[in-house]
Amino acid sequence: MIDPLSVFLLLLAAATPILFAALGELIVERAGVLNLGVEGMMITGALAGFAAAHATGSPIIGFVAAAIAGAATAMIFAALTQFLLANQVASGLALTLFGLGLAALFGKPLEGIKAPPMTPGPFRVNWIVWLGLLMVPVVWWFLNRTRPGLILRGVGENHDAAHALGYSVRGVRIAAIGFGGAMAGIGGAFISIATVLQWTEGMTAGAGWIALAIVVFSNWSAPGVLAGAWLFGGVTVLQLRLQAAGVDVPVQLLSMAPYLATIFVLVLISARQKYSRRAGGTAPGSLGQNFHALR
Amino acid sequence: MTKAAVFRAEGIGKSYPGVRANDDVSFSVGSGRIHALLGENGAGKSTLVKMIYGLVRPDDGRMLLNGQPHDPSDPRAARAAGVAMVFQHFSLFDALTVAENIALGMENPPPRRELAERIRKVSHDFGLPLNPARRVVTLSAGERQRVEIIRCLLQDPRLLIMDEPTSVLTPQEADLLFATLRKLADQGTAILYISHKLDEIRTHCDSATILRHGKVVDSCNPRDHSARELAAMMVGGEMRVIDRSGRNAGDVLLRLSNLSLPAPTAEGTALKNIALTLHAGEILGIGGVAGNGQEELLAALSGELRSAPGTVVLEGDDLGGAGPETRRKAGLLAAPEDRLGHAAVPDFSLTENTLLTAGPRKGLVRNGLIDNAAARRFAQDVIREFDVRTPGPHTAARALSGGNLQKFVIGREVMQAPRVLVVNQPTWGVDAGAAAAVRQSLLDLARSGAGVIVISQDLDELIELSDRFCALNEGRLSDPRPTEGLTLDEIGLMLGGAHGMEVAQI
Amino acid sequence: MIRLVPRAEASAAWQFATPLLAVLATMLTGGLLFAVMGYDPVAAIRTIFWDPLFGMASSYSRPQLLVKAAPLILIASGLAIGFRAGIWNIGAEGQYIIGGITGAAVALAAYPSEGMWIFPAMVIAGAMGGWAWGMIPALLRNWFGASEILVSLMLVYVAERVAAWMAFGPMKNPEGFGFPGSRNLQQYPAAANPELIAGTGAHWGVVAAAAAVLVTWFLMSRHIRGFHIRAAGLAPRAARFAGVRPGTLVAFCLGLSGAFAGMAGLFEVAGPAGQITDSFGSGYGFTAIIVAFLGRLNPVGILLAGLLLALTYIGGELAQLTLQLPAATVQVFQGMLLFFLLGFDLLTRFRIARRITA
Repeated sequence: MIDPLSVFLLLLAAATPILFAALGELIVERAGVLNLGVEGMMITGALAGFAAAHATGSPIIGFVAAAIAGAATAMIFAALTQFLLANQVASGLALTLFGLGLAALFGKPLEGIKAPPMTPGPFRVNWIVWLGLLMVPVVWWFLNRTRPGLILRGVGENHDAAHALGYSVRGVRIAAIGFGGAMAGIGGAFISIATVLQWTEGMTAGAGWIALAIVVFSNWSAPGVLAGAWLFGGVTVLQLRLQAAGVDVPVQLLSMAPYLATIFVLVLISARQKYSRRAGGTAPGSLGQNFHALR
Repeated sequence: MTKAAVFRAEGIGKSYPGVRANDDVSFSVGSGRIHALLGENGAGKSTLVKMIYGLVRPDDGRMLLNGQPHDPSDPRAARAAGVAMVFQHFSLFDALTVAENIALGMENPPPRRELAERIRKVSHDFGLPLNPARRVVTLSAGERQRVEIIRCLLQDPRLLIMDEPTSVLTPQEADLLFATLRKLADQGTAILYISHKLDEIRTHCDSATILRHGKVVDSCNPRDHSARELAAMMVGGEMRVIDRSGRNAGDVLLRLSNLSLPAPTAEGTALKNIALTLHAGEILGIGGVAGNGQEELLAALSGELRSAPGTVVLEGDDLGGAGPETRRKAGLLAAPEDRLGHAAVPDFSLTENTLLTAGPRKGLVRNGLIDNAAARRFAQDVIREFDVRTPGPHTAARALSGGNLQKFVIGREVMQAPRVLVVNQPTWGVDAGAAAAVRQSLLDLARSGAGVIVISQDLDELIELSDRFCALNEGRLSDPRPTEGLTLDEIGLMLGGAHGMEVAQI
Repeated sequence: MIRLVPRAEASAAWQFATPLLAVLATMLTGGLLFAVMGYDPVAAIRTIFWDPLFGMASSYSRPQLLVKAAPLILIASGLAIGFRAGIWNIGAEGQYIIGGITGAAVALAAYPSEGMWIFPAMVIAGAMGGWAWGMIPALLRNWFGASEILVSLMLVYVAERVAAWMAFGPMKNPEGFGFPGSRNLQQYPAAANPELIAGTGAHWGVVAAAAAVLVTWFLMSRHIRGFHIRAAGLAPRAARFAGVRPGTLVAFCLGLSGAFAGMAGLFEVAGPAGQITDSFGSGYGFTAIIVAFLGRLNPVGILLAGLLLALTYIGGELAQLTLQLPAATVQVFQGMLLFFLLGFDLLTRFRIARRITA
């Protein structure tokens, strides 16, 4: 029999990379910015984190390095969209393509090396998993109970009004983009340092894109992100269990499950937002639009 | 009794590339006074108040607030100095609550519960009751303005700037607003009131500064002048007189019946059981406060929103389920309110913009193929006939001034010889010269035997143009009444009265 | 201080100049990157951008230019139309894979019979496969409002797994000694997509790419549908006012770009690749996004941009052989190119002016 607790702990771990990345992107989108470069920032974090952890022998330093690397790549996006006013969709795509390439380029020498071991936390579960869970109420509290959170939501909801009231739209957005990058970086590093335990090219395998879908699924709320990440984690664990149990379905078809599940929940939630007015309308008003003030 | 000047501007100037927005502007506002800043669109009123509120830095001159130099680096500095502002296009956040909106407009808001309590108290004291927990998206235009006003009041401002506040209010609501402002002024606040509505300024303001082309042309007591005199100062010459002659109502052209549509967006308005008839040679005016279904009605007539069979009938032709192209072919044309982005594509040239609507009727598109030469010729015709000031048909729509683009947009439809033309806010944000030209072209079109529907929030415009008037209120259309003999008060009541606003009671 | 002043009209000169500037900046930054990594920057840049055309091995690499450029141009032509309308199909890679599979399926079903009909039927099947895969995000957007960006991208991962499943399962070559992968279509004359003129690299895909450039140019500049597409991208409300139905446009753009990508996949599987394997997807669908932007979403621009990026592919392979440069270098180059292009784009929409100080 499968022990429910151990399955739940597996689910927690499977959900963690997505949880970090989606919480970060949640803040970015609440500030009115659509950064499609999550996948690129995650893979950069996965590589930088692994490299730092390997070089120092300390996984913690690895996660710190991943956060810095993720934020640094996010700054390219920030420069393009906030200063050079480039299209956000195209810039995010560019970030993903660039990040994947850069990580592949610099990751070659690290292939085949094992990650340094981490001391597990409570329930023999990685500390980073607990940190991710802690970030859910923190992000919720920041958005709904603090003044900076209120200003951030204001900037995302109506950047013209926020500017008219004297808030720095650009400053708030750059900070949000940086935070989103750091969170994506940590999420990516969790895959390389704590799950796969080594570096392989393209190892994030679409996790960044799934995180983007989960932000939509969450209706732009932190608890919703947690629900989405767990749903995804559940599907992943289930799929792996079925593979291990030797179900008579080709492995390739089973491994489609997370992606198909993502499409499915995306469709469900979009339909709900589209057809029931009360439930919808929570997408930030200025999402994806650039802002330029004439002084 | 002379009251001390709360605010004084001395020789203010501001330039943008190619424009001198303000030039040597000087005036002062005394304590307890309601001071009007009067001028046409583009006269430099907005730039001036943006400088007072710290959104724009002046190039020359200086400002004084309570005798101290006033040079705010941003709106927060201006607020700290005692300046508050109610914006023309509300600076509100739809998805946030009333309390959150107000907190964003304050420097050091109290904790959430305390703020909610103060909002309840102050809004009640001023007769503008507000529920702090409501989301702004659910509020009416009048209630939204209350949020802006309460946001200002909570800061005990010494100078309150109101930028065209009555453009979204019914006449009754406007009267209540002025009652509130007067009580505020009596407490010693100086109020700077921006508008181009002459009558309300003559009734309610103590003094006025008139701007034209960025310069002060006169300062006066508005009560000593007639509206016509003020208009002449504002425009710099006599107003053009509109020629209404030579029109006779003919047969019924357009008949709407039982036209109901759900709200197309979360913020939209549902149309409920609209019915009307429009005769040849007639201009039907539809008034209403913004957000009562004007855009939806225009979309239902242009074909952007389709409706049930039999709801829209043009000369026996059932167009209810037809799209825009079919309706244009049949002769039902429209010009939406929003010039940039709805009536025209900002980045397209004027030639390309003719293709948006004139393809079928002017033969600019045949079998799907675009005849560029014909489109250019048609654009040139519109430019010539409607005196559109532009280097040529290759110019992008966004490069034109509001008035010139509006002339082009209206001209593009009028020159297709429509059977029925529907326009929404045909002179919104347009200078007086262009507005007169647009209005005259609508009258001329009606004289030639077409039917015209003018949807507008400008009651003066509707009285000037229309033969019959009806009001649009929360998606419902009132029965039409002949415009002749209708008073502003009666119109106000048709528009839905005061929406339950109470008189300020302090 | 400098500041940005919006232009009333996009500058035509800069629109032409920015892609060239972006290429130049990429070469410079790329050179810097090589120097940091310990390679000779001049040699590396020359190997990537010059040697494939004029170097010692150019007789081998020159035909490769058309082979690599054809799918890029074909896919990018379709994508650009959607991008113009603000419809973001970023799953062309998936449509390419599925087109390859459906096209190959026709050939494998017909095997070993001969007939003139087989290859045309494969082309149609490939186009239909890509079209159908592209219609999934279109319909999900139209019916439920689901983001076509995320759905089309998710479907890439699904398509990759379909390809792997096919290679290991239904399409596995019964005479393949147990190795994964389908029959090699190059060895099946009725289904093969051979080089049409020896030494040029030109196969049917090149013909299709050329045709795609012509068709899209005609559509976008002469036909009212192209006009409506451009209007919808710049001002959606104005497009609706003109009579465009947004749902129809979404289906048209995603369907067309899917069909183009599917055809590209078919020409690849029947020609250069030869067979369906688990790694059939080779990134053309993503690189084509860069091609579309670098070509300014303009058919002629896409033609040139496709050739340039094909050059970086071949040059990258050459540099891998001669300088032991890692294979991922090309990917980094392509990413940088897009960054610089998006950044320099500012110049087409804004003027840079000195701030007037009081």
